[in-house]
Amino acid sequence: MTAVEDRPGIESPAPAREVGQARRRKEDARLITGRTTWTDNLVLPGMLHLSVVRSPVAHAKISAIDVSAAQQAPGVIAVFTGRDFADEQGSIPCAWPVTPDMVNPGHPSLAVDEVNHVGEAVAVIVARSKAAAADAVELVDVDYDSLPVVLDMEEALGEQPVLTHDHLQSNESFHFVFDGGENGVADDTDRAFADAEVVVSRRFVQQRLIPAFMEPRAVAVQPQGDNYTMWSSTQVPHILRLMLAMVTGVPEHKLRVIAPDVGGGFGGKLQVTPEEVIALLVARRLGKPVKWAESRSESLMSAHHGRDQVQYIDIAADREGNVKGLRCRILADMGAYLRLVSPGVPILGAFMFNGIYKFPAYRFECRGVFTNKTPTDAYRGAGRPEATFAVERIMDELAVELDMDPLELRRKNWIKAEEFPFTTCAGMTYDSGDYDAATEQALQLIGYDELRAEQARRREAGDPVQLGIGFSTFTEMCGLAPSRVLGSLSYGAGGWEHASIRMLPSGKVEVVTGSSAHGQGHETAWSQLVADRLGVPFEDVEVLHGDTSIAPRGLDTYGSRSLVVGGVAVVNAADKVVAKARRVAAHMLEADEDDLEFAGGKFSVRGTPGSDIGIQEIALATFAAHDFPEGVEPSIDADATYDPENFSFPHGTHICAMEVDTETGFVKIRKYACVDDVGTIVNPLIVEGQVHGGLAQGIAQALYEEAVYDADGNLTTGTFVDYLVPSAADLPHFDTGNTVHAAPGNPIGAKGVGEAGCIASTPAVVNAALDAVRHLSVRDIRMPLTPERVWRALHDGGDGGDRATAGTNAYGGAQTETTAGVSTPQSALGGDR
Amino acid sequence: MTRIDVRVDGVSYQDEVEPRTLLVHYLREQVGKVGTVVGCDTSNCGACTVHLDGQAVKSCTVLAVQADGCQVTTIEGIADGATLHPVQRAFHEMHGLQCGFCTPGMIMASIDLLQENPDPSDTEVREGIEGNLCRCTGYQNIVRAVQHAAAEMRGDQGAAGNGPAEPAEAHTVAAPHVAVQA
Repeated sequence: MTAVEDRPGIESPAPAREVGQARRRKEDARLITGRTTWTDNLVLPGMLHLSVVRSPVAHAKISAIDVSAAQQAPGVIAVFTGRDFADEQGSIPCAWPVTPDMVNPGHPSLAVDEVNHVGEAVAVIVARSKAAAADAVELVDVDYDSLPVVLDMEEALGEQPVLTHDHLQSNESFHFVFDGGENGVADDTDRAFADAEVVVSRRFVQQRLIPAFMEPRAVAVQPQGDNYTMWSSTQVPHILRLMLAMVTGVPEHKLRVIAPDVGGGFGGKLQVTPEEVIALLVARRLGKPVKWAESRSESLMSAHHGRDQVQYIDIAADREGNVKGLRCRILADMGAYLRLVSPGVPILGAFMFNGIYKFPAYRFECRGVFTNKTPTDAYRGAGRPEATFAVERIMDELAVELDMDPLELRRKNWIKAEEFPFTTCAGMTYDSGDYDAATEQALQLIGYDELRAEQARRREAGDPVQLGIGFSTFTEMCGLAPSRVLGSLSYGAGGWEHASIRMLPSGKVEVVTGSSAHGQGHETAWSQLVADRLGVPFEDVEVLHGDTSIAPRGLDTYGSRSLVVGGVAVVNAADKVVAKARRVAAHMLEADEDDLEFAGGKFSVRGTPGSDIGIQEIALATFAAHDFPEGVEPSIDADATYDPENFSFPHGTHICAMEVDTETGFVKIRKYACVDDVGTIVNPLIVEGQVHGGLAQGIAQALYEEAVYDADGNLTTGTFVDYLVPSAADLPHFDTGNTVHAAPGNPIGAKGVGEAGCIASTPAVVNAALDAVRHLSVRDIRMPLTPERVWRALHDGGDGGDRATAGTNAYGGAQTETTAGVSTPQSALGGDR
Repeated sequence: MTRIDVRVDGVSYQDEVEPRTLLVHYLREQVGKVGTVVGCDTSNCGACTVHLDGQAVKSCTVLAVQADGCQVTTIEGIADGATLHPVQRAFHEMHGLQCGFCTPGMIMASIDLLQENPDPSDTEVREGIEGNLCRCTGYQNIVRAVQHAAAEMRGDQGAAGNGPAEPAEAHTVAAPHVAVQA
């Protein structure tokens, strides 16, 4: 464990370091008083309201749309269908063609000839009030000629399947393969498995989830001549601006995108949505400001979903528990269309299935599959929770097979602290960490020995409530992303981030960041970074973001990248400010630049006490520019763009203690402890909050949430009555801790924390539940672990199957004891393994 | 249209509303109280919680006409001038919010909870705010905030009882430099 190291550039102890302090957030003042700027709060003069008519069927040809009744309704200005915009709406962009031959069916914002999932937009009402627009939705008469639907990925890839899109040859979008052996970073997988003493194969299901940010999406567009300003509840104003320009032909310099207060995203607002395109097209057509704000049921149905994989995992090992190989064959449900990074999400997992373990051989392949469901895309963790779940679950299964303690098996195989930097079988170079230290601390935190003793007592006594303990020793790749790597993966953009620092005449500081925050506390953390770097008071720093006119360059917020990439850009910009100010200070102090030292916001001449000048005074002198050094431009403002060399690799050990009531199937988290290493901590309050929130979402995947479709492709979890976002009463107290191994790759030393809790927690919870009931012959329980599923797994065998009430045929039916855990039918995976 | 007479955050309003208008839409669209937000359409999320004659209600589940003759207090009306309500202060102090969208409703529900139970346990807070969803915080710091506010409102800050909650930095003992600097 290392303490925060002295920063280069500040030679003597500065007053109270900001980095590391639990600063209360600057953002809170407006949020706790209701003085907020949510997009839906916006009222523009003459503004019209939009309401979207959505498909009630999962797959159909549109044979006719009659909008006449809607058009005559009171307060309705216009009604547009896909045909009205067919020539200008283009396709919702997909920025990540993961293979050269990836099939993209195209994604009109308003359906023109056919609909391919329930909730797809088919028409838009423009009305004087929101209520008038909503009323008129009912009056639009669409004739749908129903087509058969395909919902199950394995069926979709089977013999003569129903096609999601009639004009395509199959339901496969792509087949991506990463083979460590072929890439020269690992051994041959086939040989590893052929030679292995033990092979364990399992089929895991990552159910479909819904990001369910609390603020429903909203967008407003104001046309001014040929300029357009869009306010959107988005994570990605910069990406949105560029993509809107490419999709609609409105030139990029005529578009301004503002992300005002944004109420959460979790990847769900990392998108270019049909509704954003529609709002821009309507505003352009009518020359009037428009606003659209969705209802929750609209959001759950039509905003992109997440996860949704079937995973076939094979692990090879010797009898002593040394792992020899890992093979992952993944089916990833794209839904009906490809959105911004839909295909890239499972591919982000391709380099993480090996987790923290030293697999000599590794092969990953993934088939992206179209089904008649809402498109999937990023959701907190995006590919890495899926990978972590698979490896942490299969390690437990291997431990059972070998009759080894699951933690001992992990220890035997994980990378040791002295082995960093370590290049894995997936070609990633892990930067730093100490898995033993984090684990030791987590064991202490949860009181491991007492829990194991209690587990033994309950088992012995035949207690109806059994106790289980589950582990997840995880790592994740964060700080998305080195542009070179993104390029090698065919992603359509870079991964850098930009920052500007403006030194105002009064000495106050404006920091402009390209990372667009929506709850992460950038304004506070960035102020802390800059306060330290420039030696100015925390209160003197203002952070600006989320408006492409104010922050013209940026790649926004996702993938635990803000601090690790965006924060470094801020620090680099601050260092440039200091370097520029140094020249001015030398001039003003009549000293040589090399004789100056900078500490606590002041330049002083080394060895000459009393001769100093503050950087805030230099800002004023620069503004006046009366007495400036010859040939130097009168500005100490600076910009920086930072492109990381490598990802960062936070890690941690999560331990869950779970009570399972064998009579009712009810599961309850008794204790949850985790120790995360996210590198240097800038603000412990914010870090802890991010971990808590991530844990809640990861636990929710394990226990509560699932987007369920019926056999006709209707989302049956389309409200918060049915889609179970957990409440305070559903979640336990979390005991959290940290070890700190600074990231060697960046001057802050931070590794990223936004997704850690979400990535790590899910397998810990499921492993804990299984640990409680394995002695009762339960081998697997399908997520979420509803009481019904747990009860069925206990009493009927198998994994509890799909939710009995749903009638969905997604993921196949309940596995029976005989099929559970058996390797995949070859047909579903192309038969080449 | 129906005429209603409502006091909102201490100000009287006489307005014509459609009988179907929900209180939350009246507050947002006619009175301009956009601090109160709409997070769902099934009364699950509680983001729209306000006080109707002193009691917490989900304003998406109340018709505007039902508020006729009533006092409505929103998140914008609980501070005393520049002095924040103790629950507002506690949410800030304990980092009980991230994106802040659920916060107005969460604060209004918490104030109501503390009126009924001035010294709630961890479990009582969790059950008391069960009708309010938060997607960011995992609730732990919200629970701390409510207990912290409870202690302050009882006037025994730092005393025993079920609260006050420990400050967050106490849980970061694993990183000694953090604890020292906090």
